[in-house]
Amino acid sequence: MRFLMMVKAPENSGPPPKELMDAMGKLADEAMKSGEMIETGGLAPTAAGSRVRLAGGKITVTDGPFTEAKEVFGGYAVFELKSKEEAIERTRRFMELHEKYWPGWEGETEVRQMFSMTQQAATR
Amino acid sequence: MTSADTHRTIDAVWRIESPRIIAGIARMVHDLGLAEELAQDALVAALEQWPASGIPDNPGAWLTAAAKHRAIDHFRRNKRLEKKHQELRHQHEGQQRVPDYDSALDDEIGDDLLRLVFTACHPVLSSEARVALTLRLLGGLTTAEIARAYLIPEATVAQRIVRAKRTLTENRVPFEVPRGEELASRLSPVLEVIYLIFNEGYTATAGSDWTRPALCEEALRLGRILAELVPKEPEVHGIVALMEIQASRSRARVSVSGEPILILDQNRALWDQLLIQRGLAGLERAQKLGGVHGTYTLQAAIAACHARALAAEETDWERIAALYAELAHLMPSPIVDLNRAVAIAMAFGPQAGLALVDQLALEPALQSYHLLPSVRGDLLTKLGRFGEAHGEFERAAALTRNARERQLLLERAEHAHAEQNRR
Repeated sequence: MRFLMMVKAPENSGPPPKELMDAMGKLADEAMKSGEMIETGGLAPTAAGSRVRLAGGKITVTDGPFTEAKEVFGGYAVFELKSKEEAIERTRRFMELHEKYWPGWEGETEVRQMFSMTQQAATR
Repeated sequence: MTSADTHRTIDAVWRIESPRIIAGIARMVHDLGLAEELAQDALVAALEQWPASGIPDNPGAWLTAAAKHRAIDHFRRNKRLEKKHQELRHQHEGQQRVPDYDSALDDEIGDDLLRLVFTACHPVLSSEARVALTLRLLGGLTTAEIARAYLIPEATVAQRIVRAKRTLTENRVPFEVPRGEELASRLSPVLEVIYLIFNEGYTATAGSDWTRPALCEEALRLGRILAELVPKEPEVHGIVALMEIQASRSRARVSVSGEPILILDQNRALWDQLLIQRGLAGLERAQKLGGVHGTYTLQAAIAACHARALAAEETDWERIAALYAELAHLMPSPIVDLNRAVAIAMAFGPQAGLALVDQLALEPALQSYHLLPSVRGDLLTKLGRFGEAHGEFERAAALTRNARERQLLLERAEHAHAEQNRR
C-alpha cells in the first residue's frame, strides 16, 4: 500500500532547530534503507505559492502568503508499506522527533492512502 | 486503544523492527534459527504485556532488549549446563570467556542485515527454501502470509523454514558477509531470490489472479534495502530498476474485471510515473557503475525502452531487439530468443519474427511453454494466417496454468477462428 504523509503547522513557527533537522535526516535515511520511503520533499513558504479556486462558475487565483490559514503544509513523504498501522507507526516516530527537539511546536501530519498496485487488487 | 488495535500496532512494529533484531541476535548466538526463536519469544512477550501496559515509547528498543535478555538467558543456561558437565568430569579448566554481547548488538546495523541476507540466501539451501526464509526473516512475513502468497498449505511453508534453518545449522553456515571476490558470486543467488519473489507476484504462475501485488511490493522493498546495503554493485541497482519499471505498469496491465492487458494495449496514463522515474534513475546508476553488460541491467534497459515511449507506436523496437541480442549472448536462453523474436517482428515485420520463432519450435525447453504458441499465434494472425493462428492459441491456452491468461488465449483463438470463417 502506498501512503502520502503531509505535515502541516503554523507558518510562523520559524526555522526548525538543527538537532531536529539532523534527527529527521537520520530517520529519513533509515526509511530509505528499509526500502519503504520512496519519495520525500519539503515545500517552499506559501509566499511563493498560489491558490487557484473554482467557485460559483468562476476561477480565481490568489497569490500567497496564506496568512489566514492556521496551519499550512510544509513537507511530504511517500511510503510503500504493508498496512495503515505501519504508516501510523512511521508517522508517530516522525512526530516524536518534533516533540523531543522542538519544544512547544504543534502541528499535524495527515496520513493518506494512495491508489497503487495493491489498491487495484483490493477494489476488484 | 482496543486490544485488536494494539495487536495491529504490534504487527506493524514487528515488521519494521524484526529483521534488525533477528540479525543482531544471530550475530550474538551464531545461529540464525535460534536467533529467530529468541526474537519470536520477545514478540510473544510484547503480545502478552502491551495490551495491558500500553505500547512503550520506543517499541523497537523494548523488543530488542527483550530478545537480548532471552539470548543472555540462553547463554547462562548453556553455561550452567556446561559447568555441570565440567563438574561431573572434574574438569575446571578451559572455561570459555563470555563474549561482550552488548557491544555485539550495537555494532553496525547495515552489516547485520547484510549477514542476514547472505545467510538466508546461502547456496546450500534450495531456491524454495531461500525464498521462504528471506520472506520470513527479512520481509517479516508470517508463515500464513507466505502460504497465502504462494497458495500452498501453511504446514508446507512451516516445514520448509524449519528444514532450511536446520540445514544452515548442520552445514555450520557462518553468519557473515562474504568479502572481496566472493561477494559478487554470492550476490547472484540473492538477486535470484528477489526476482523469483517479484515474478511470482508480477505474473502469478498459478491461481485465479493474474498478479499478486503484495509479493511485488515485498520484492521491491528487499531490492531497495539491498541497494542501500551494497550501493557499489551495479546489478543490484539493475534489478531494482527492472522491478520498478515493471511494477510501474501494474495498474495498467489488468482490466477492472481482472483480465490481463498486453503492454501495447495498455493505457500509459495509468503507468506509475514515480516508479518509472525511480527506475530510470536506478538504471542510470547501474550503467554508471559499469553494469552495462549485467543481465538485470540489460533487462532494465529493455523495460526502460517501453517506459520512455509515450505511445506504443513510439517504442524503439530496433533498440529492444539489439538489447535482447546482447542478453541472449550473455544468458543464452530460448525464452530470451523468443522475446527477441517478438522485438524483431515489431521492428522488421511479422515475417522476420516468425522465421526466428520457427527456429525455436523444436527447442526442448519450450515444448510446454505457453508463450511459444501464443507468440506464434500472434505473428500468424498479423500475417493473416488465421487457421494456423487458431490452433496455436488453443495450444497455448491448454499449456498455461493461469486461469485469467487461459481465458484471454481462448478469446484470441475464437477471434482467429471467426476471422478464418469470414473469408
